[in-house]
Amino acid sequence: MGELSRMWRETDHRYRMVGEKCGNCGKLYFPPRDICPVCHRDSIDKMQDIEMSGKGEVISFTIVHDVPPAFTRQRPYILAMIKLDDGPTMTGQIVDTQPSDIEIGTRVRSVFRKISEDGHSGVIHYGYKFVRDV
Amino acid sequence: MQLSNDVFIIGTGESKYGELWERSLREISVEAGLKAIESSGVRTKDLDAIYMGNSLSGMISGQENIGALMSDYAGIADEDVPTLRIEASTASGAAAVYEAYLSIKSGEYDLVMVGGVEKMTELYGNEMIDISSSILDREWEAFFGGTPAAMAALSARKYMKDYGVGKDVLAAISVNDHKNASMNPIAHFSNIITMDQAMNSTPVAEPLNLMDCAPQSDGASSIILASEKFMKQEKKEGVKIAGSGISQEYFALHSRDSLYSMKSTVNASRKALQKANVTLDDISFAEIHDSFSIYGVMALEDIGFAGRGKAKDLVFSEIGLKGKIPINPSGGLKAKGFPYGASGVGQFVEGYLQLMGKAGKRQVENAEYGLLHSVAGTGSTSIVHILGGE
Ligand SMILES: [Zn+2]
Repeated sequence: MGELSRMWRETDHRYRMVGEKCGNCGKLYFPPRDICPVCHRDSIDKMQDIEMSGKGEVISFTIVHDVPPAFTRQRPYILAMIKLDDGPTMTGQIVDTQPSDIEIGTRVRSVFRKISEDGHSGVIHYGYKFVRDV
Repeated sequence: MQLSNDVFIIGTGESKYGELWERSLREISVEAGLKAIESSGVRTKDLDAIYMGNSLSGMISGQENIGALMSDYAGIADEDVPTLRIEASTASGAAAVYEAYLSIKSGEYDLVMVGGVEKMTELYGNEMIDISSSILDREWEAFFGGTPAAMAALSARKYMKDYGVGKDVLAAISVNDHKNASMNPIAHFSNIITMDQAMNSTPVAEPLNLMDCAPQSDGASSIILASEKFMKQEKKEGVKIAGSGISQEYFALHSRDSLYSMKSTVNASRKALQKANVTLDDISFAEIHDSFSIYGVMALEDIGFAGRGKAKDLVFSEIGLKGKIPINPSGGLKAKGFPYGASGVGQFVEGYLQLMGKAGKRQVENAEYGLLHSVAGTGSTSIVHILGGE
């Protein structure tokens, strides 16, 4: 699903893992959002960009065998739910490791990588993945 | 005499569920609709409105605006019957019923058709994995390699770890579905499977394998809803929609409090039971949204049939047709089949057949109330209905 303007829009958030901090209650969000679900209208215009540390731990993971076309060359890959030390939980791949070296609780940190290739348009998408933090 | 604003199902119809390569979206939809019309003994031109549940026809068939398409091909283009499509991804069918139910409840309409349709076998290979991932957060889940199966697998691994539960608990859901589907003539699969087969099929997204995942099915289901006024005037019999609940949660799995509890299901079932003025003890059977086996396990706990981590005490002995709480007498999403926009309406077809005593070999004895549970995406929306009662 390569759609350039959409991908371009999220570049900063994906490249540098920029999330949002609610200026009203102080809670951190990733992915970014314009309204804090705790403070509702009190958070309007108070959400501030904030870069995540990218460090966290695996709270669950899967090895994906049935993959969409844009991920064919990575098959199989490890997809994980990562709880960042900053607070938010996010979805991302774990790379440069064997599945047998990953378990719930494994420490990881983010790295900048190629995410997928759109076969039709040849567009390559970049963003964060995770590696073991040893 | 004072009439209530209760809503009744007075007829149902379905196409076969499965791989229907030779049949089009409009053909199967019209087939289900006309069967429902015939079963209810009404005429299409007397319908006040039609609501169509569909999720992916735009992406799969390049066809949107299917409300108008369906009423045209049902032969009522000239009869002034408003038809709208309702979309809530995998819960589109249940959402369409919900809207139709409200339209009668409000007093605006007396006779409404609900259709659900999906044609999922039009595309080859793994193209469908990308398209079906549109039920997820495209930018923050699917972009990074999330697929519906992968997200369910994340829930499964965490659930199994936290409760010390084996994969056999998940597999038992699929085994039960296949057993019931073998008695449902329209089901996608007619074969029973063993625990061993369910546990050891091809991996899809570990720990889930092929037998943990509902198939991509073509299919259409349709029901006719009527007001009490219409029932009395036309001397119709039917099954009452006793309660209805819909609830929302964070869109993406990573934003939620739990990986293995859908807050939307907890809230939707509580609301539906309250409105129907019944408790879970009154429920004779349930059709639950087990697009992945783990979601079936989670539904048992979120609805409240089992305590947290305790679905294991039910799934091996109590979810069969003669068990304490028969689950998915139709065969469920795993084995009756999973045409996204149709499956929610299909649950109503099963509920109607069971409560009218017309479910044949898979009939649940003395069925009084049925609970129907449908989920959008990984749990962002849940819709629960209670059928039955006077
Ligand atoms: Zn806030």
